Amino acid sequence: MTNQQLSPQSSVLSPENSPQSSVLSPENKPQPPVLPGKDLLGIRGLSPIEINRFLDCAEKYLPLGTPSEETRTTLAGRTMLNLFFEASTRTRTSFEIAAKRLGMQVVNFSIGKSSLTKGETLRDTIETIDAMRPDVVIVRHATAGVPAYLANHSQIHFINAGDGSHEHPTQALLDALTLRRHFGKLAGLSVAILGDVLHSRVARSNIHLLAAMGVEVRVGGPSTLQAPGIEQLVPNAEFPITVTRSIDEAIANVDAVMMLRIQRERQSSAFFPTLGEYFRFYGLTRKRLELAKPGAVVLHPGPINREVEIASEVADGPESRILDQVANGVAIRMAVLETLLNPSF
Amino acid sequence: MSSLFIRNGRLMDPAQNLDSPGHLLIEQGKIAAWGPDVVAPADVTVFDATGLVVAPGFIDLHVHLREPGQTHKETIATGTAAAAAGGFTAVCCMPNTAPVNDSPLVTRFILDRVKESASVRVYPIGAITKGLQGEVLAEIGGMREVGIVAISDDGHSVSNAQVMRRAMEYARDFNLPVTDHCENKDLAAGGIMNEGLYSTLLGLRGMTRAAEEVDVARDIVLSELTGAHVHIAHLSTAGSVEMVRWAQSRGVRITCEVTPHHFSLTEAATDGFNTNAKMNPPLRTERDVAALLEALADGTVGAIATDHAPHCGTEKDQDFENAPFGILGLESALSLALDRLYHSRKVGLMRLVELFSTGPARLFNLPGGSLKVGEPGDVTIFDLEKPVTLKVSEWRSKSRNSPFEGWELKGGPVATVVGGVRVF
Repeated sequence: MTNQQLSPQSSVLSPENSPQSSVLSPENKPQPPVLPGKDLLGIRGLSPIEINRFLDCAEKYLPLGTPSEETRTTLAGRTMLNLFFEASTRTRTSFEIAAKRLGMQVVNFSIGKSSLTKGETLRDTIETIDAMRPDVVIVRHATAGVPAYLANHSQIHFINAGDGSHEHPTQALLDALTLRRHFGKLAGLSVAILGDVLHSRVARSNIHLLAAMGVEVRVGGPSTLQAPGIEQLVPNAEFPITVTRSIDEAIANVDAVMMLRIQRERQSSAFFPTLGEYFRFYGLTRKRLELAKPGAVVLHPGPINREVEIASEVADGPESRILDQVANGVAIRMAVLETLLNPSF
Repeated sequence: MSSLFIRNGRLMDPAQNLDSPGHLLIEQGKIAAWGPDVVAPADVTVFDATGLVVAPGFIDLHVHLREPGQTHKETIATGTAAAAAGGFTAVCCMPNTAPVNDSPLVTRFILDRVKESASVRVYPIGAITKGLQGEVLAEIGGMREVGIVAISDDGHSVSNAQVMRRAMEYARDFNLPVTDHCENKDLAAGGIMNEGLYSTLLGLRGMTRAAEEVDVARDIVLSELTGAHVHIAHLSTAGSVEMVRWAQSRGVRITCEVTPHHFSLTEAATDGFNTNAKMNPPLRTERDVAALLEALADGTVGAIATDHAPHCGTEKDQDFENAPFGILGLESALSLALDRLYHSRKVGLMRLVELFSTGPARLFNLPGGSLKVGEPGDVTIFDLEKPVTLKVSEWRSKSRNSPFEGWELKGGPVATVVGGVRVF
């Protein structure tokens, strides 16, 4: 599942391919392998079979009771290294709990005190880590493509825990698990993804996943925060990905609403005037939520900005699945660790 | 000294609209005679060009030789060796060296190093502004005296329109073209690739095409105002093409160049975070490539220039965002052009030769660009049909940053002659 992310795409552009043959579309990629790959760097390129394998594997760890003896020995003796170049408490903790429930040793690579701050190159860093032979590295970085770079230069398994605005695959998997557990299926659902799509790795991974699984995806939010080409993001999607100007239109009759976090510093870059105005026109209020299908649910990757992208009455309301997402996140990370490190296929 | 008899070639010279079989004699470094009946003098070196095209020496208006100051990437020696191997008999070197070529002293240093180590002719381009800072005019007149052929802040845009206007007025007095790297900094906003589907897929900051086009529009207006010759470097978008075509039809003194990578690749080449496909301006879309091909054919574009931008291995071997902009161009340009333009029936052969020789010579008022008797004995000899596999590891450039590794193309350089001496 990593190779299509990493292999140089020279074949796509080589002169023997006629320029007319969809050189621009991301669709002429090698077929995803049936066996799990070395890494999980993104959702793009995963097949529904691979996605379902992660989801099915996670189900067996839910609900999160005391792990059984069998679970606690699944990956006993293996080492997981947390390599978080960007601050994160939730995701890092979730991976750590997941690993420990599977019996793994967990080591946190402390970036602040490492030589990275002394000008060491990424290449040097990965060679150093590689030499210590952890079994799996969880990496988060503010720059898109860093996990791919590291994974490409190492024999170790890599899991992307979020890179810039690129991908956050375990978030999309846990969101899908949350929806699937609630609705009993994914195909045929409709989901609105609202807010800062431009900077959101969560949005990208979710769009790749949902569209691949036959979910109708609608994207909404201010035009200043929409990403160009988002409609063409997933070739051969069963439903076209639609972008709406008004979030009311995006929400109308959907089964689920995914809110994206607004980073407060965006306000200073002229993406929108004030947080108050953002909430007024793009925040998810109960009134807006009523436009969705009865029984619709609300997801948010957290941490939430109350009264910015989401009203407290919604975040704390019965439609909110935010805490389910957190629990499912542990199960998904267990599933990903197990699938990559102990493939029983 | 420097005499050469090129036998039995297909002589092509856009300056004379010449395309006929014959021989070419170079004596004392200059073209002495050509035609079917020229006889080789005794003792002259003979090159058999049977089945090959013999064209005026190719001139690259846009090359980064990296000397002085960045010689871990390239030197005048290695860069001009690469030029010779690519069929170029002359290159214009951009001023963004360390120190910047913004004074007669640096120009003099470059020309001294050229004399010592270059295999082809080198024409320095001076900076528009001191230190490429976009604020104070560089010593344009002084550099002109020493030997610059144009001015440019390439790699940077001159964002202050008033500074640009003054530079154009001043350059006009010295009969120097102003070569502009068009990139509106506010719109580019730290973008590192084309803004579009692939920037969204990769989650990388995009640079809107409007960042280029806004500056092209500004330069057209300023060129009309000042009467200066403005040459747009590495033009990359369909919108820029349309504006330049329109301005030329109005008689504005605006010209432009296009790189082989911009007519051979699209933004799709960046997929997988391929740092060898990171350059500025970025690779665009199929629509832009189509517009560039049309503009290369119809004369809107005056020259093919490579924007040869070497970076050493460790500089490109990092994540996409932190890797520097730029790719090698000299040793792939002719094969790409022959394959993608001529064999793909987009551009005729005479026009292709013009884009590499007569066109650039005219744009920067350089010697050469023609096989007329008395012109410099600079000749590019190439094979239209030979299969070429690009092997970057064998190139003469000091760097290896090319996205074209392994490309199989039709046609390529065979011999390069500068002043009657075979340099490749």
